[in-house]
Amino acid sequence: MNATFSGVTSQEYKYGFVTDIEADSVPAGLNEEVIRLISAKKGEPDWLLEWRLKAYRHWLTMAEPEWAKVTYPKPDFQKIVYYSAPRAKAPKYASMDEVDPELRRTFEKLGVPINEQAALAGVAVDVVFDSVSVTTTYKEKLATVGIIFCSFSEAVKTHPELVKKYLGSVVPSSDNFYAALNSAVFTDGSFVFIPKGVTCPMDLSTYFRINNKDSGQFERTLIVAEEGASVSYLEGCTAPQFDTNQLHAAVVELVALDRASIKYSTVQNWYAGDKDGVGGIFNFVTKRGLCKGKGSHISWTQVETGSAITWKYPSCILLGDDSIGEFYSVALTNHKQQADTGTKMVHIGRNTKSTIISKGISAGDSSNSYRGLVKVQPKAEGARNFSQCDSMLIGQTCSASTFPTIEVQNRSARVEHEATTSKIGEEQLFYFQQRGIPAEEAISMIINGFCKDVFRELPMEFAVEATKLLSLKLEGSVG
Amino acid sequence: MLSIRNLTASINGTPVLKGIDLEIKAGEIHAIMGPNGSGKSTLGKVLVGHPSYEVTGGEVTFDGKNLFDLEPDVRARAGIFMGFQHPIEVPGVSNAAFLRLAYNKKAEAEGRDELDPLEFDDFIREKIKLVAMKEEFLDRSLNEGFSGGEKKRNEILQMAVLEPRLAILDELDSGLDIDALRVLGDAVNKLMRPDHALLIITHFPRILETIQPQFVHVLSGGRILKSGGPELAVELEERGYDWVLEEAAAGDRR
Repeated sequence: MNATFSGVTSQEYKYGFVTDIEADSVPAGLNEEVIRLISAKKGEPDWLLEWRLKAYRHWLTMAEPEWAKVTYPKPDFQKIVYYSAPRAKAPKYASMDEVDPELRRTFEKLGVPINEQAALAGVAVDVVFDSVSVTTTYKEKLATVGIIFCSFSEAVKTHPELVKKYLGSVVPSSDNFYAALNSAVFTDGSFVFIPKGVTCPMDLSTYFRINNKDSGQFERTLIVAEEGASVSYLEGCTAPQFDTNQLHAAVVELVALDRASIKYSTVQNWYAGDKDGVGGIFNFVTKRGLCKGKGSHISWTQVETGSAITWKYPSCILLGDDSIGEFYSVALTNHKQQADTGTKMVHIGRNTKSTIISKGISAGDSSNSYRGLVKVQPKAEGARNFSQCDSMLIGQTCSASTFPTIEVQNRSARVEHEATTSKIGEEQLFYFQQRGIPAEEAISMIINGFCKDVFRELPMEFAVEATKLLSLKLEGSVG
Repeated sequence: MLSIRNLTASINGTPVLKGIDLEIKAGEIHAIMGPNGSGKSTLGKVLVGHPSYEVTGGEVTFDGKNLFDLEPDVRARAGIFMGFQHPIEVPGVSNAAFLRLAYNKKAEAEGRDELDPLEFDDFIREKIKLVAMKEEFLDRSLNEGFSGGEKKRNEILQMAVLEPRLAILDELDSGLDIDALRVLGDAVNKLMRPDHALLIITHFPRILETIQPQFVHVLSGGRILKSGGPELAVELEERGYDWVLEEAAAGDRR
C-alpha cells in the first residue's frame, strides 16, 4: 500500500469494555442436564423443554456447515457457557430503578436508551445482556393498542399460546446446525406481536450485549404481524473485546399475515477481533421471514460491520400471493474478518416480488462473500426478482466473492441479476484530496456513496449511526 | 509563487521528469506544450502529489514552502488546483455534496465561514452560470455518466468554487467541442486574477487562442527543451514539434 492510504490511524473498538457484574451462570458444557437447568431457571412449561430437547437430539446428529467461504477453528461446544445472567434480586426488573447501577452505566456508556424519560422519542427498547432481557421500555404504552413487546422469556409465561403457535414455524428446530443449537439452548430475545390492523406507533428495538467471556449468546426473536399490521424493528449489538472467540448463534423468525408489513433493520457491531484476527465474535445467525399472507411485505436491512466471522442469510419465504421480500445489505470487513452473507428469496405464491441490494466492502486482509439464492417455484406465476450485488475492494490483500444461485421453475418469472466489483482506488481518493478533502473524509464519502441505496432504507437515526460506524471501521483499514 | 528547480520524478522506477526548471509568478499564465508522452501531465500530477509518482530529486516551493512536505489535500487547500484530463467517476456521491465539502474544507483552512447546504445552493447556482452547466448536474453522482465535455465543465466549476491561486489545467480542450471550449476558456479567464497564476498543459495550441499565455514551454523527454513567448505557440501550430526536438538534439550534440 502506498503512503496516501497509510497514516490514517486506527480507531479502537469503543464498545470493548467489560462490565464487572456478578453473574448467575450454568457450568460450561452442553448436555440434556444443562438444557433442563436452563429451562428450569426460566421456569418454562414442559412443552418448551421437550421442544428444546428434541432440537438438541437432532443437533447431535448434525454436522457444522462447511460450505461457507470462511475458515475458523471450530468452537468447542463443551467449553461454552450456555446461560449467564446478571445476578438480580428479582428475575426481571419491574422498573428501571431496580436495574443494577453497574448495568445501567453499561448501557448508558453504550448509548442505549433504557430509561424511558431519557429515551429517544419514539423508540421502545428491549435490552438483552448475555442470556437475559434486562428491561423493556414503553411496554405499557404499547399494550394500550394491543401490541405485545417483551422479552421472549416473558412471552412464554404471558402468551404461551402465541409462542407455541409461531415458535419454529419459520425456522424449524432442525433447520440447520446453528438453528438447532439455538433451539436447544436459546435463553432470551424479544417477542413482538402486532395485532390485526395496528400500525406500531414507534420503532421497536432490541439491543444485544455479550459481556461474559465464556458465554455464548443464543437469543431468539419472534415477530408476528397480523392482518394489515405493520412494524419497524431495529436491532443493535456490541460485545467486549476479548482475545478469545465468543459464539453468537441467534434465530430470528418473522411472520407477516395478509397485507402485514415488517421492516427489520440491523446494525451489527459485535467485536471483530483485533487487527491480527485474535478474538472476536463468531456470528452464526439464522434469520428468516415468512410472508404468509396475501400482499404481505418483509424487508431486511442489515449493516454488518463487526464479528470475526459472519454467517448470515436473512431470507424471505414468499408464500402469500402478491407478497414482497426485500434484502438490503452493507457488509464491511476489515483486517482478518470474514463474512459470508446474503439472502434467500423463495417465491412460492403468485406475483411475488423480491429485491436484493447487496454492497460488500472489503479492506485489510478480509474476505467478504455474497451468497444468495433466488428460487421461483412452479406455482409462482409472474414472480419477479431484481438483484444487485456490488463489491468494493480497498487495498490489495482483501477479497470479495459473489455466489448467486438462481433456480427458476416457472416460465413467467423475471429474474434480473447485476453485479459489479470496483476498487476504491488511489485515483478516486486522490481526486478528493486534490480538492482539499482529507483522506479520511474522502473515504467516508466514497463509501457512503457506494452504500446509499441501502442506507436510505434504514430508519433515520440508524442511518446516521451506520454512516458513522462505517467511517470508524475504515479508519486505519485503509492503511 | 511556484518555483521548480531541477525536478526529477519517476513512475514504477522509470524516470519521467529529468530535470525541470520553471518559475511561475503571480499574474502569469504559462503553457506547457509537447508531444504525447513527453511528461507534461506527469509534471502537473507531481506538483499536486499524485501517489503514483515518486519525486527523485530537485525541489519545488510554493510561496516559499517546500511543496513535497505537504500532503495532497494540504496543497489543495493552500491554493493549488489541477483540472484533470480524465476526471474520475464516483458513484453515489452527489456532485453538490462533493463541491460543498471541498468548498468548506478550504473555507475552514482560511478561517472563513463554512456554508450550509442552503447557502451553498445559492452560491453554486451563481457559479454554474459561469460554465453554462445545467442545474441537474449538481444532483447527479460526481462525474458518473457525464460525457467528456460535461466532466470538463465540472472541473472548471470546481475551479470556480475553489478559486485556486495556481490552477494547473491538463488538456482542458480534449473532449470539448469548439463552443464548449470557448465557454470554459472564457470562464478560466474570468477566474484569473492578478494574484493568481495558470499553468496550461496542452498538446494542441488551439486552447491558447482563448487562454493566452505570456510564457510557452516545450516539454519533451522529461525536459523543457525551449521556452518563449506566445509567438512560440503560433510557431508550434504552424510547424509541429519535430523542429524543436531536432534543434534540441543538435544542441546536445554540440
